[in-house]
Amino acid sequence: MKPFTYERAKSPAEAAAAAARNPDAKFIAGGTNLLDLMKLEIETPKHLIDVNGLGFDKIEPTPDGGLRIGALVRNTDLAADERIRRDYGVLSRAIVAGASGQLRNKATTAGNLLQRTRCPYFYDTNQPCNKRKPGSGCAALGGYSRQMAVIGVSDACIATYPGDMAVAMRVLGASVETVNAHGTRRTIPLGDFHKLPGTTPHVENALAPGELITAVTLPRPVGGTQIYYKVRDRASYAFALVSVAAVIQPDDTGQVAVGGIAPRPWRVEAAEGELPHGAKAVVGLLLTGAKPTNDNKFKIKLVERTLGAVLAEAKEAKAQNS
Amino acid sequence: MKFDTPATTNPIDQLKVVGKATERIDGKLKTTGTAPYAYERHDVVPNQAYGFILGAAIAKGRISGMDLDDAKAAPGVITIVSTLDMPKLPLGKTNIACLFGGAEIAHYHQAIALVVAETFEQARAAASLIRVGYARVQGKFDLAAEANAAPPKDGHSGAGPIDRVGNFEAAFQAAKVKLDEQYSTPDQSHMMMEPHASLAAWDGAKLTVWTSNQMIAWGKRDLAKTLSLPEENVRLISPYIGGGFGGKLFLRADAVLAALGARAAGRPVKVALTRPMMANNTTHRPATIQRIRIGASLDGKITAIAHESTSGNLPDGKPETAVAQTKLLYAGANRLTFMKLAILDLPEGNAMRAPGEAPGLMALEIAMDEMAERLGLDPVEFRVLNDTQVDPEKPDRPFSRRQLVKCLREGAEHFGWNKRNPKPGQVRDGRWLVGMGVAAGFRNNQLTKSAARVRLGRDGVVTVETDMTDIGTGTYTIIAQTAAEMMGVPLDKVVVLLGDSSFPVSAGSGGQWGANNSTAGVYAACVKLREAIAQKLGFNPADIEFADGKVCSGDRSVLLAEAAGDKGLSFEDGIEYGDLAKKYQQSTFAGHFVEAAVHSFTGETRIRRMLAVCAGASLILSQRAAK
Repeated sequence: MKPFTYERAKSPAEAAAAAARNPDAKFIAGGTNLLDLMKLEIETPKHLIDVNGLGFDKIEPTPDGGLRIGALVRNTDLAADERIRRDYGVLSRAIVAGASGQLRNKATTAGNLLQRTRCPYFYDTNQPCNKRKPGSGCAALGGYSRQMAVIGVSDACIATYPGDMAVAMRVLGASVETVNAHGTRRTIPLGDFHKLPGTTPHVENALAPGELITAVTLPRPVGGTQIYYKVRDRASYAFALVSVAAVIQPDDTGQVAVGGIAPRPWRVEAAEGELPHGAKAVVGLLLTGAKPTNDNKFKIKLVERTLGAVLAEAKEAKAQNS
Repeated sequence: MKFDTPATTNPIDQLKVVGKATERIDGKLKTTGTAPYAYERHDVVPNQAYGFILGAAIAKGRISGMDLDDAKAAPGVITIVSTLDMPKLPLGKTNIACLFGGAEIAHYHQAIALVVAETFEQARAAASLIRVGYARVQGKFDLAAEANAAPPKDGHSGAGPIDRVGNFEAAFQAAKVKLDEQYSTPDQSHMMMEPHASLAAWDGAKLTVWTSNQMIAWGKRDLAKTLSLPEENVRLISPYIGGGFGGKLFLRADAVLAALGARAAGRPVKVALTRPMMANNTTHRPATIQRIRIGASLDGKITAIAHESTSGNLPDGKPETAVAQTKLLYAGANRLTFMKLAILDLPEGNAMRAPGEAPGLMALEIAMDEMAERLGLDPVEFRVLNDTQVDPEKPDRPFSRRQLVKCLREGAEHFGWNKRNPKPGQVRDGRWLVGMGVAAGFRNNQLTKSAARVRLGRDGVVTVETDMTDIGTGTYTIIAQTAAEMMGVPLDKVVVLLGDSSFPVSAGSGGQWGANNSTAGVYAACVKLREAIAQKLGFNPADIEFADGKVCSGDRSVLLAEAAGDKGLSFEDGIEYGDLAKKYQQSTFAGHFVEAAVHSFTGETRIRRMLAVCAGASLILSQRAAK
């Protein structure tokens, strides 16, 4: 780990100002990902701004009937919140499908959105990685790529966005609220938040330098049967090979987002029109342009099958409710 | 004590302490975090410094140069030991891969430097400042690509590269029902909870290493050899081990580099492998490609069986002995087993949890299922039909006891095997397809000599000293039970001291040889102590009883504490074995029954129910540990 300085910010303005003063600074909240990466010198901030004292730890109703989730709400608290469990069940289920109880106690809503890929070549600093060291190459291409992305990839990077929470937020149509050093606030739809790698895989999201996430907002509840189905190599404490977040309405319409297959939670609104026609029809549109490797081409079929399981479960739920 | 005839009734058979559901005597230490593991021995020597290992960034080639200047100038750095400082160090007897020294890189993450600093963080940060130049060489890493050209090679435990009985090819050709299938298994790494870790301290020419090692005597011998030290100058201490699985059978880089680092720094140094280093700096279970052929008559009798296995290793390494169980498990007059070794530039392949059987038995038992299906036989019946009570390669050599059929029959009954639907895909539970499966379990009894010292103090406390290790398997408890039974004292009057090379040499922990041999060695030492007490008191050794902290003969009774006298008594002995293994094949058996579910959409597999019926242990030492 490189030596670094540390401060505790007392207000959003102070945090943003500190970030403006220190171009090599990072915000730290739960630290469940950042500290690991610092130990490996994959992240080498010269300064840490601890934002845990900024508040942002409430879940509050919004004027239009949705919820505003503070950036520092811990994953455990979010998953256990009564309103989330009742009205946004897919989000609660996605969160408890990820990490471990200890990590979820520490990890925050904003930090979860910003977690970095688990590509083993990103973690092994002996290997070339365009995300870790721009221009050095990609060892995953031609390497062991079972876990890697099959769509949204580029010749520079085939890493996935690894999380679960954001996949559920994406299907719910969430937005990210931020503030910058000048106090300017903006709202970024989650679909625009994570960037595809292109030729710049080290640029992973839409945040400007020093811009701080303050909340994630959810629109008003949409009802339906809400399912999160995660398929992985171990039954617990493993990242998704494929995960499906879905909201299915009684008329078989709905929304679907997929995790574990792309550099961001993967949602194609046009494909959702095919939901009444079954998984195969949806996946045909959802995965148009996929570029799998020999190691991970199974994911194409697995997405279809996992979505098939989700739709079967939704159908059963419908039968029970009617 | 020589054990060369079947045992008769002896004091162990009282079963007052042995065989009970005894709680682990070290359980409280472990559950309260107070069991002293190697990396946490802050108490044993002052002024400890931290060592951090730098692993090679390439998989094959040479180091062309190392620039240590920035690292040496980094905060807190005391010294750096580089692999270029010395020639390739001598290999320990059980080592294949070079642990340190020289410019040649034989595998990824081979240790190439140790940075010693005041703190762990400083050592790690400085290690990242070492600049290494490499001359890469194209290596071989793909077993499938090398398998065809791989030459025959003999394995561990005397299995030849090619063993034949009868005429396999002709019998297989003539068989009415045949199977010829290929199976492959991947490389697998040990990932025990406690990483390899050592703390080394020099006192003049004497070296003490607190470490985490399953085999103390091997470790001492090989550390002395690697560092060119007289064995008597090396002491290993390893009382608690957070898992081993075979990955700590051998001397590894942590111990060697802690010793070199401590010598260079002039103060004690401790070193632990980081989690990412554990996969490639140590040993692993090699991948295999196996071919199994079985020929049978229409009534299901095996007439021909062949098992071939190809695995990879560094030059001078051994193949994974995946064919071993096939030599002994099922009948069949015509037999062939065959091992080949491809030279690969991966880290050393060596023992990992049931080496040989874990990949080999899996393939054989899948083949047996597939063959049963071709024959239209129930898989349990097919196995029973081909049971053998003699070594199939040497039919005049019977098994000492073989209860595989009983394991299968009892297991089938308890498990409800008769409810199995043999047609696949017929039983559903929601979106899950549910099925039952069976497999035989097999592992040979492994006998090796093992010694202990038993002391009786004037306080009546019995202290056992042996270099035996406890890798989380409950050794402390079963040794305490053995001594308590033999000396007629309660468990709280027994102290067990393990894992110190200054104690008598034991079997160590590995390969299913730990519990049987180490407790037998303690038994032998206790017999000697009992005889000495009888002689000292003038008791008739044929009419003597040790119970309730006393020794009694006829109407005389003396407290053990008194019998010990002011100086106490101390005796050492061990168990050694005769040639019973030549006359009898000694093996253990199991029938495994599993109910598995496969998701009809995703293919996810879940084990819902499992039953193992095991036979082989003649005496269960602790009911609790056995369960």
